[in-house]
Amino acid sequence: MSGASVTLTDVRYSVAESGFAFDVALQPGETVAVMGPSGAGKSTLLNLIAGFEFPASGRILIDGTDMTTMAPGARPVTMVFQENNLFAHLNVAANIGLGRSPSLHLSTDDRQKIQYALEKTGLSGKQDRLPSELSGGERQRVALARALVRDRPVLLLDEPFASLGPALRLEMLELVRLLHETSGMTVLMASHHPGDAMAFAQRLLFIEEGRILADGATGDLLGGEQPLEIANYLGNRAPE
Amino acid sequence: MAAILLLALLCGGAFAGLAYEAVAGGSRSSAISNSRIFGVVRFTLFQAIFSTLLSVVPALLVARALSRHDRFFGRELLLRLFAVPQALPAIVAALGVLALYGRGGLLAEPLGHLVEGRWPGIYGLSGILIAHVFFNLPLAVRLFYEALQTIPHDHWRIAGQLGMGGFAQWRFIEWPVLRRAAPSIAGLVFMLCVTSFAIVLTLGGGPAATTLEVAIYQALRFDFDPFAAVVLTLLQLALTLAIIAGLALLGGRYAEFASLSIVSRRYVQPKAFEAIANILLVVLAALFVLAPMIAVVISGLKSELGRLVSESSVQRAALTSLVLAFLSACLAVSLSFGLVSTRKRLEMLRRNAGSATLAERLCDGGASMILVVPPIVIGAGWFVLARHAGDVFAIAPVMVVTVNAAMAMPFVVRTIRPSFDAAAERHDRLAASLGMTGWYRFRLVDWPAMRVSLLSGFAFAMALSLGDLGVIALFGSDSLQTMPYLLLSRMSSYRTADAAGLALILAALSFALMSLAGRARSGQ
Repeated sequence: MSGASVTLTDVRYSVAESGFAFDVALQPGETVAVMGPSGAGKSTLLNLIAGFEFPASGRILIDGTDMTTMAPGARPVTMVFQENNLFAHLNVAANIGLGRSPSLHLSTDDRQKIQYALEKTGLSGKQDRLPSELSGGERQRVALARALVRDRPVLLLDEPFASLGPALRLEMLELVRLLHETSGMTVLMASHHPGDAMAFAQRLLFIEEGRILADGATGDLLGGEQPLEIANYLGNRAPE
Repeated sequence: MAAILLLALLCGGAFAGLAYEAVAGGSRSSAISNSRIFGVVRFTLFQAIFSTLLSVVPALLVARALSRHDRFFGRELLLRLFAVPQALPAIVAALGVLALYGRGGLLAEPLGHLVEGRWPGIYGLSGILIAHVFFNLPLAVRLFYEALQTIPHDHWRIAGQLGMGGFAQWRFIEWPVLRRAAPSIAGLVFMLCVTSFAIVLTLGGGPAATTLEVAIYQALRFDFDPFAAVVLTLLQLALTLAIIAGLALLGGRYAEFASLSIVSRRYVQPKAFEAIANILLVVLAALFVLAPMIAVVISGLKSELGRLVSESSVQRAALTSLVLAFLSACLAVSLSFGLVSTRKRLEMLRRNAGSATLAERLCDGGASMILVVPPIVIGAGWFVLARHAGDVFAIAPVMVVTVNAAMAMPFVVRTIRPSFDAAAERHDRLAASLGMTGWYRFRLVDWPAMRVSLLSGFAFAMALSLGDLGVIALFGSDSLQTMPYLLLSRMSSYRTADAAGLALILAALSFALMSLAGRARSGQ
């Protein structure tokens, strides 16, 4: 398994008063952080790629195939949300298993994959727990395990660790990095924290008012030569 | 506190009457046999179980069908339609069912072809079931629909992403939520069917189809057999207490008004086959609910409305109804206000110090306790007591006003409490620092903040009292007739056209009040 390229060509979308316009190309296997103020369009970008929103115009290509009008389930994409990723009445194994079969008809092979994902995400021995018996971090681990067994070349993370504490968040970022290493997926993560981007993303997209304002290597954009908007967003004094 | 005392007095007096009769009248002979009592209990449970099944199971499917589609033409309207039966007095609904499916009903002829002969009508079990389903199916649909709205939006996104089909969505997303809601909804419907009085009275027709409440009424009004009434009342009380205990075990709650919310977006649209099945299901349910209401309107318009309105007995009954309902609503709202403000004051005094005190909890749930005791039971107790004291019918107006007020209180409390608590949070300290108390505080601070919810509660209480045929059935007489009572007496003297006209008038009055209450609530 390896990642897939994601290309948005002149994609336009509007909701209520706000308009969005995205034009970007991601390489297969790239790790990309999406930053920007609330309401700037981070989630919208992810939703467009996942198929939860459809553009008014423009094209969305994944792995070279036009996905613009495809239903979410038909796209080679997995998305992890900030919360509510799990069904409260299903145990950990079943919640992961849904990634193999949406009707939970699991083959021996599927079960092995689930077992492997449990180990990879540090959930061994917890397969029979219910989501209510897990911590917030563990719940997100289950969501990542599901993404792993789904085996889709693009992984979208929509502020997945926003409700976790700093130490836990570092742990989870490490896990995402590990998953990226084993699967080679193209990973796109929306986040508010420069730390998240620094920890795992090669590339950074900075979004403001529905547009990609800056696009470059994470180290460059967050390092010395940061553009004014990013400096303002981060609360750094603008470089004189 | 006065409110709780009054409720306690109301129940206490009733129980005193019953106890006195049980002791003093024990030696007297009673015409009622054990097998008769057994039969009544069995029928009560039997019809309630069937009514519940017939309401709740289809409601599950209809609620799901309603929530399945991103766009569903007329969904808001349908949900609103499904709220209407709750606003109709039971006796009006019973009449509507008769006007439609009865022997002389609008559907009698086509149904006659179906059975190849004369349509026998629907008195007895079938009529009771249809009327109960008419009331409770829409209620259950709204409650299940509300439950489905609690599903997190993200779950639908996951379903879309994982490519779940209709069945998988049902199994993993919808059914778990519905299953959790089902026991309390079924329990509520069961309770409503066990304590249903007006419907069984008007549609039961005969000793074979009599529930405990109707048997109590017959024992007091026709057989003059107070001892039998006491036995039946105690049985009814035991039964309702058992159900409440069962509901509490199931974690049930009394249903509130389902709020209409927008259906969250779906990412997998149902297949054509399912879409057609859904539409069919919803249309059938809508027709079932709509038809008796239309029948009420049609047969009401066919009666001589002009003559009815000019009849002095009708005018008197309407006036009596309005006056009693007005007084009852005044009583219900002021007692509820007292209860709500006392509760808040106790909570403020406590100020996070430990858990709620007994008094506070009494103010909280005290009003709801009245729901455990059916109005007929209270009425029966006082009826027996008053019989010893002298004239039963002298206390009739007082009984009607107080019992109806007590019955409305749980709902009124629920209506006014949120706005009172919110206002108190915001204004209490300010008002205290300005030294505003008592009447000035109410007029300048509480009234503007609570006007809408108080009016809403008032209209609701008035509508409830206006359409009630419970206590008045026991205490009514030629000198005290309300609209429902008059309707009942016209029905039992087979003046069907008159009854239909009265039903239309009564329905219009109740509906106007209920929509006033609803409008005020939604405008909040």
